Amino acid sequence: MAAQQSSSGNQRQATGKGQIQHQISLPLREAFRISIRNIVIRLGRAAITASGVFLGIAFLSSILTSQVMVRVLHGEVDPSFAARQGWLVKMSLVVAAVGISNSMFMSVTERFREIGTMKCLGALDSFVVKLFLIESGLLGLAGSLAGVIVGFGVMMLLSMAKQGTAIWGQMDYTLLLSKLGYAVVAGVALSIVAAVPPAIKAAKMPAAAALRTEV
Amino acid sequence: MATSTAPVAEFTVRTRDVVKEYLMGSVKVKALDGVDLDIRRGEYISIMGPSGSGKSTLFNMVGGLDKPTSGSVFIDETDMAQLDASELAWLRCRKIGYIFQTYNLIPVMTALENITLPMIFAGATSDEMLERGRYLLEMVGLGDRLHHKPSELSGGQQQRVAIARSLANAPAIILADEPTGNLDLHTGREIIELLKRLNQEQQVTIIAATHDLKMLDVSDRIVWIRDGKIERIEHRKDLELRVGEVEGEQAG
Repeated sequence: MAAQQSSSGNQRQATGKGQIQHQISLPLREAFRISIRNIVIRLGRAAITASGVFLGIAFLSSILTSQVMVRVLHGEVDPSFAARQGWLVKMSLVVAAVGISNSMFMSVTERFREIGTMKCLGALDSFVVKLFLIESGLLGLAGSLAGVIVGFGVMMLLSMAKQGTAIWGQMDYTLLLSKLGYAVVAGVALSIVAAVPPAIKAAKMPAAAALRTEV
Repeated sequence: MATSTAPVAEFTVRTRDVVKEYLMGSVKVKALDGVDLDIRRGEYISIMGPSGSGKSTLFNMVGGLDKPTSGSVFIDETDMAQLDASELAWLRCRKIGYIFQTYNLIPVMTALENITLPMIFAGATSDEMLERGRYLLEMVGLGDRLHHKPSELSGGQQQRVAIARSLANAPAIILADEPTGNLDLHTGREIIELLKRLNQEQQVTIIAATHDLKMLDVSDRIVWIRDGKIERIEHRKDLELRVGEVEGEQAG
């Protein structure tokens, strides 16, 4: 591709700023590919990061499942009880978000050399931001999906133990699915928002960080 | 030939009165104190000096990794201070190849993927990337290690991959920061020979910050830095001449 370019290097024009161009912004696909690779290679660590979202969303999902259950069996949900549960859910989601932020900050600090190197090779700040947001979003998606399934499953099994298998036939699955769908969206959104401060920190990392010799 | 009479376009890097000050606590430290340096296209330059001499600071300035407090750095007659972030990224991607003491390969990628990463940033198609990636790996003698991860390669092999990566977008300049610093004597010599070969075959300008004396043999010029100033610049021709004179005296 560019081999000829280098051999004709001495004929290259060298006047003015005209020859310098703006770096292109990469398609999201490339950022996705690299992010997925980053997750796969550090699977253990990724699992720990995702487990925060998993627990938060599992809790949310179990609450939502029980609300649908109560609505199906008894008609209306007691509003004061629902409000109390809402508080618990919000607190657990905040804890999950703080956990993701912390985990991603650690990841940024660990990868300072990698980030610096990418910048030396021509990565734009926006690309570095994308990498971290996508990585966190994907972890959030995995954690949320698992959380939704486990939260729903545990709630169903508990009620089955008390009241028998009839509950499976009585559930309003359309309502439940839409609620659990929201839970997944919330988990992903939460993960991405929580990764914004670490991603900005990563993007602001100087390219010269790649040269630092200390480990 | 005196450098002052040479045509301007001959130089790929020029620094003019570059000063860099750091604030250490409340004390101002001058890491660079008025550095003027002209580097010709296709030259092999070694920047030598003890640690803390300002060697790395100068290196960072030339590589566009840091900005001078005053003075200017020109790459192909473009003042780096005039460039915005995206133009700097373009410059780093296309014009400059970096080689690091710690290799800095991306651990999650294979040798081939590491080499093609700068091409991705340059917007190359995957066919072009594959072809050039293979070509470069063969050139550095690792044609059979395309799909090895950095952790599966020795230090010398990793540095070869890094050298191939630095050539990915056919840059005008290769900046090497202590390229042999983490390598044993023998491997270090191989890496230096490889750099010299690329310098001659690809006509790429090589600027190496180093305190490896093995570099002296292959460098066209050696820039000695001390206390933020250029102490002296030696030409290899001069070094050879002196050796020749001594031998001549002995023969006579």
